[in-house]
Amino acid sequence: MSNKTGFAASLKSLPKNLFSGFVVSLIALPLGLGLAIASEAPPLAGIIAAVAGGVVVSIFGGSHVTIAGPGNGLVIVLLAAITTLGGGNLFEGYLYTLAAIILSGVLLFVFGILRLGAMSEFFPATALQGMLAAIGIGILAKQFHIMLGIRSVSGDTIDQLMAIPDSFLNFLAFHPFSGLIGFLSLVFLFLYSKIRNPYFHLIPAPMWVVVVSIGIGYYYNLVLKQATPIDPELLIKIPDQLFTNLPRPNFNKWYDLDFLGVVLSITLVAIIESLLSIKAVDKLDPKKRRSNVNKDLRALGLASIVSGFLGGLNVVTVIARSSVNVNNGGTNRSANFFHAAFLVLFVVFLGDQIQRIPLTVLAAILVFTGYRLATPENLLRVYKIGPEQALIFVVTLASTLFTSLITGIVIGIVFTFIVHLFLSKNIILFSLNIFKPNVLMYLEEQSGNYYVSVKNFCTFLNFYKLKAKLDQVPETEHAIVDFSLCDFVDHTVMEGIHDYQRSFSRKGGNFETIGLDIHAAETQHPFAVRKTLPINVLLGLQNALSNRQKSLEGFANQIGWEYNPELNNNPEGLDTFLFFESKVINYRINSLLKPDKTFSVFDLSFSEGAFITKEDLKATFLFFKVNQPLPVFVLDKEDLKTTLYQWAGFDDINFTKYPDFSKRFHLSGNDSKAIRKLFTPELIYFFESHPFFHIESNGRALLIKGKDRLSSLQEVKMMLSFAEDLHLLLSHRGKKVQE
Amino acid sequence: MAFKAFKKLLFGFAFSPSLKANVFEVTRLASFLDASLVFVHIGSKTDEKEQQFQNILEECPDIPPNVELFWRQGKPVDSLVNICKELDIDLLLLGALKREKMVKFYLGSIARQLTRKAPCSVLLMLNPSIDRHPCKHIVVNGFDSPQTKETIEAAFEVGQALKSEKLTLVEEVSESRVAVAVSDDRSLRKATLRKEKINREEKLRVVDIVKKIPDQKVQGLNWTTQSIFGRRGYSIGHYARVVRADLLVMNAQEESSFLQRFFPKDLEHILAELPTDVLIVQSHKDE
Repeated sequence: MSNKTGFAASLKSLPKNLFSGFVVSLIALPLGLGLAIASEAPPLAGIIAAVAGGVVVSIFGGSHVTIAGPGNGLVIVLLAAITTLGGGNLFEGYLYTLAAIILSGVLLFVFGILRLGAMSEFFPATALQGMLAAIGIGILAKQFHIMLGIRSVSGDTIDQLMAIPDSFLNFLAFHPFSGLIGFLSLVFLFLYSKIRNPYFHLIPAPMWVVVVSIGIGYYYNLVLKQATPIDPELLIKIPDQLFTNLPRPNFNKWYDLDFLGVVLSITLVAIIESLLSIKAVDKLDPKKRRSNVNKDLRALGLASIVSGFLGGLNVVTVIARSSVNVNNGGTNRSANFFHAAFLVLFVVFLGDQIQRIPLTVLAAILVFTGYRLATPENLLRVYKIGPEQALIFVVTLASTLFTSLITGIVIGIVFTFIVHLFLSKNIILFSLNIFKPNVLMYLEEQSGNYYVSVKNFCTFLNFYKLKAKLDQVPETEHAIVDFSLCDFVDHTVMEGIHDYQRSFSRKGGNFETIGLDIHAAETQHPFAVRKTLPINVLLGLQNALSNRQKSLEGFANQIGWEYNPELNNNPEGLDTFLFFESKVINYRINSLLKPDKTFSVFDLSFSEGAFITKEDLKATFLFFKVNQPLPVFVLDKEDLKTTLYQWAGFDDINFTKYPDFSKRFHLSGNDSKAIRKLFTPELIYFFESHPFFHIESNGRALLIKGKDRLSSLQEVKMMLSFAEDLHLLLSHRGKKVQE
Repeated sequence: MAFKAFKKLLFGFAFSPSLKANVFEVTRLASFLDASLVFVHIGSKTDEKEQQFQNILEECPDIPPNVELFWRQGKPVDSLVNICKELDIDLLLLGALKREKMVKFYLGSIARQLTRKAPCSVLLMLNPSIDRHPCKHIVVNGFDSPQTKETIEAAFEVGQALKSEKLTLVEEVSESRVAVAVSDDRSLRKATLRKEKINREEKLRVVDIVKKIPDQKVQGLNWTTQSIFGRRGYSIGHYARVVRADLLVMNAQEESSFLQRFFPKDLEHILAELPTDVLIVQSHKDE
């Protein structure tokens, strides 16, 4: 975990990125195969896209920890393209689609040059969610049948959805064994995040199901000496001569309206998916760097062109794989390259094993992906923001399902605008001011604050103007955004502002919004649409305290501390701890605070990973300030995971005189000299003899974490007594040093 | 170009509901500036109208020493422009119209044309009232142009006369001057440093101008500078609204070609949504 810059440091971080690249390739292999098959393209097309993405984007890209490859959103578009462009002939359609992919790569490249990366802000957030949900349903609908072993279901998405109950009831009549494997894989994928074994989590879920399914085939062959019960037509086929029979893209239809429509759809979805992914991954980057979006678009365009000529799908930035990269220690673009290299190695050397993967298992992975895109939780979350948002979501979802992607999103955008008109009841506000500038920003000389004032209205239609100004403020500074002169602020803007708040607090800056108090919102949700109207006082019902909360409150009273059960959306002071480097803190709740404000215990909800690898976690933490400055360090239990990290270059500071401590604990930090000085024999003995907690120092304070779940009252008491003893020991040491 | 003090004011009036408030405002202003005041009505002269006007005039608490009244016929814009030239007027006063059902103030076409064609400086009065609202904070543009020196002098002069407390000189810098596209951390740093440099240069330039103004005009007024990176003409208007300034002082537009009329530029942004009272200072090319 060294923070040095320069070539030497990049070299030093290569092992880390090699490791994370390897882990990403474990998930990229099944996903690449599955996405290609789901689009009715040859299975290798997905792998080719991933390899092209990994190589080209790692060289030319502008982001730091993203992974490029075939995208989830594009399955629907490519499927439609391959089936219709060839007039029924799938292979012909595939060749035409390759040409479309190449052209869309060119378009993407041009967008990158024209700096149109800001385009993503034009899509209202909720309409986008609706579109993505529709894509998820589309994937789910088609793949559900294949997962159960039934390949004969056809028709459009609605027909396929309707046929699900039928397939479910009858699948045993077709290919029972394969179907069962597929179904069980799906169950496993859902249960994976519930299993909190760290060894288990070293291998991503999709890889587990793939390996097990290959294993079953081998078990039948080698142990039972029988033919595998999986029907050969349900296995993946990889051509023998990989590099000689490259397909030739067919450009003959370039003037055809359908073809151009395909090119446009591919480009549109590619841009949306890539830009959303890059934005989301920037939030997870442990080094908190800002990506050059336009440079990335250019690289993705180039990669798509290369991939198209080699017969692969088009290349976008993918969020799930990028989040796996970040979680496993990826720090720079070499991880992307290594993931591509490992994929090539897999295909070349493990081709045989790959051909033993049943399609049903890949379909299960895709059904899971589709579900995550379209999960009903999304609709609920959207409804909590405001009922009109739920309406926009449903309308966009329905129109995308019943028509096409482009029509769907256009209807979504238009409908959002109509909803805004309806809410504000003021068409003049929009019509007069839509093309006018409405943002002012200047640097206040005395305070050093960046002051931004927004006038008239701020919605997805003109958010890009506000964004252009806000992007010019370094995130380490103090920014104040004033909406008092603004009569209407929509949800897309509120969410965008929240993103800014997050990124500013991550980098140590401060981002404040003022002027929204006079605006009324339909709900109390921070992202709800704001409009100036007489304020309706909403009386919220106070939720009764749960049993655990009551006992925490009782405990607080007992020791004379304050107890606050309320939710805090933006807890401060935690971003400097390494634990949260690649995680997103959702909220803090149930905090116990010592009167002198030095000690606090609280529950934290945070999430790790993104999209299909996203896991929402909760844990109880203890935070206390120390009197004298300490070196920055992390003390963890030594287990398989940390051993692997050691191989990948994360240093463990060992003490030859204390083998027990060195064996049981993994201690890391930059300043090993200061850390060794801090860890006196007394301190080492203290840790050896007390129950284990994860402890981190950020220099001025210590953060202690117990289990990977909320702690019971007894555990809180244990943690507190541990912390108090530790505090005593450290202050004692400080006094000793001073003497 | 030296600044010529506002000694001769002209107010073109119409018989509207806000006439009384307007008359009170302009007589107050004239007495502060120690200037003579000319009232002009474009339209027919009737005894009734004359009586009505004299009644209002008599109610004014501070009437300047020289008050004249003219009645003219013909097209409003041309007649006013002519009489300004005739009488060698220094400052033309105009009232803003209040749009029905909308609180925003806008300028009717007559006033807009006058701001373009007037041979002298123009003051647009946003919210005339019978009682005095003190003019505490003046915002003046510091645009890099030969006109600016006169404009700043005018601002100080008016500030002194109206006993203002604070004066802010705003330099609007076009974003293109930074010439660095912010796309990632490195370019952001580069852009921020460039902006700091431009900020310092602009501040020096403006402070230089103020130094050349005779001391007694500057004394007593608390003045500061503020750079804003944004669209010229728009940013200063928005700024004036945000800081709740009482008066905004701008350079008159340079000769606008036929094409420029179509594309909103500078003053157009201000005139479309009047943030405050606006004083447009016409520069004098000959001494």
